[in-house]
Amino acid sequence: MNHDREHIIEVTNLTKKFGSFTAVNNISFYVYKGEIFGFLGANGAGKTTAMRILCGLLTPTSGKVLIGGEDVLLNPEKHKQSIGYMSQKFSLYEDLTVYENIRFFGGIYGLTKKEINHRAQELMKRLDLLDSSNTLISNLPLGWKQKLAFSVAILHHPKIVFLDEPTGGVDPVTRRQFWNLIYEAAEKGITVFVTTHYMDEAEYCNRISIMAEGSIAEMDTPSKLKEKYQAKNMNEVFLKVATKQ
Amino acid sequence: MASQHAFVLSVAHVSKRFGRVEAVCDVSFQIQKGELFGLIGPDGAGKTTLLRMIATVLLPDTGTIRLLEYDAVKDYREIRCRLGYMPGRFSLYPDLTVEENLTFYATVFGTTIEENYSLISSIYKHLEPFKDRLARNLSGGMKQKLALCCALIHRPDFLILDEPTTGVDPVSRKEFWETLSQLVQHGITVLVSTPYMDEANLCHRVALMQNGKMMIIDQPSNIIASFPKPLVRITHGDAYSLYKDLQEYIHTDSVHVFGHEVHYTDKQQQPDLVSLRKFLDIKGYASASIEMITPSVEDCFMHYMGKSKMQA
Repeated sequence: MNHDREHIIEVTNLTKKFGSFTAVNNISFYVYKGEIFGFLGANGAGKTTAMRILCGLLTPTSGKVLIGGEDVLLNPEKHKQSIGYMSQKFSLYEDLTVYENIRFFGGIYGLTKKEINHRAQELMKRLDLLDSSNTLISNLPLGWKQKLAFSVAILHHPKIVFLDEPTGGVDPVTRRQFWNLIYEAAEKGITVFVTTHYMDEAEYCNRISIMAEGSIAEMDTPSKLKEKYQAKNMNEVFLKVATKQ
Repeated sequence: MASQHAFVLSVAHVSKRFGRVEAVCDVSFQIQKGELFGLIGPDGAGKTTLLRMIATVLLPDTGTIRLLEYDAVKDYREIRCRLGYMPGRFSLYPDLTVEENLTFYATVFGTTIEENYSLISSIYKHLEPFKDRLARNLSGGMKQKLALCCALIHRPDFLILDEPTTGVDPVSRKEFWETLSQLVQHGITVLVSTPYMDEANLCHRVALMQNGKMMIIDQPSNIIASFPKPLVRITHGDAYSLYKDLQEYIHTDSVHVFGHEVHYTDKQQQPDLVSLRKFLDIKGYASASIEMITPSVEDCFMHYMGKSKMQA
């Protein structure tokens, strides 16, 4: 790995406390530009809290987050326009059509009307949704919804996209198609920051971190971690790291 | 009375439609006493609809369901006394404490926590230190444990669990399945749904579900044995490029990425490994290793998905 590569995310001594509970405990890490970075951890390990801080949705108790060299805390609103976000729980408005969702999010991300129209056509063509542009999201199969949600999250060509368990509940074929979209985005230079509970998907990442009890317990490439823990796959690595505590 | 085939659940030609969507489509299957039976399929396969009809909280459009020798439509009261049901969504009262939730469910079923404590003790002991905490303030894993205790407090004969491990990390999932096999040892028949294909191997029998239909019902080992062709595993550092190149290979029947591996079947019944090797060398994957492997349930699921699409 080339260590001269630009760090798109740089997190230094990040801590978040809720009352007496420390959700994120003094973590530091960086993510390279264009990398697919897997952010793993047990339930309650602090993943969601850390991700929310990185997205500018939550203020940390202490520590620093630089995204693209800029301090997220200083200008969270500007920051939000330069990132994309998608989760399984919230992605698209069910009672709007495919086109209305694209137009809405394009507007939120500050695209012009012309840009929105151009990108909407291009996006619907690529996902084979041109005939469904007036279909309500609630009538789309889950797999299509997820693929559309991802494409909408990168509609404004962000530097980085955050994906919170994007493939939960999706069938195995669609899950793989979804990862093809992630690879395509990464090839275009978009950095991908993703959480998942599917350990085979952890193998698709360039590097991963595993959080446990608010700290980063491990961070490396999947192959180095498998070597270190003498594990056949990432599931074994995860079980060994998470039960080590 | 007790015959060799003591089916505790018989589902015959059950269908359920919501408007234009046929959620469950002519499903028939049976479960024997003491079985751990898994419904495996993605969101939208019809798992929850089917489980809700078996749990007597939703009426089928057509077909019959007999559970514990009762009819699910006519005798729902009798069934409900002997059935434990843990729905997919949080089924607890957020503004009651841990202990209050459990007491509430015990009272509804005319029993007490003490009477059936032995059944839940191994699960409840993790919760007891927090028995005065409001359910809304529990972590996901603890909520799940409490919901299971509440579903078990009346010592049901039949337990239905709707996606208990969805969104749960691999460590907690492993613990949860260990708990389930203990319950089966206590004589409880368990019907559980999950979107995680790897969990199929922990069940006695499973049904693979997609688009409201059961594609296959059998023991996991038989499902794996039914995979129609030899499966080839190709391992290379860049599995994604390898996958893209293999899609262009003339002998490719199916190709899927599995983490850092690619699973491949050949159009011919016996794959021509010499030609495959040659193709990989030309494309720059000289370091790739090729092995014949046993398919996983996920391989089988994708095979049957492709098959049902062709029939449709």
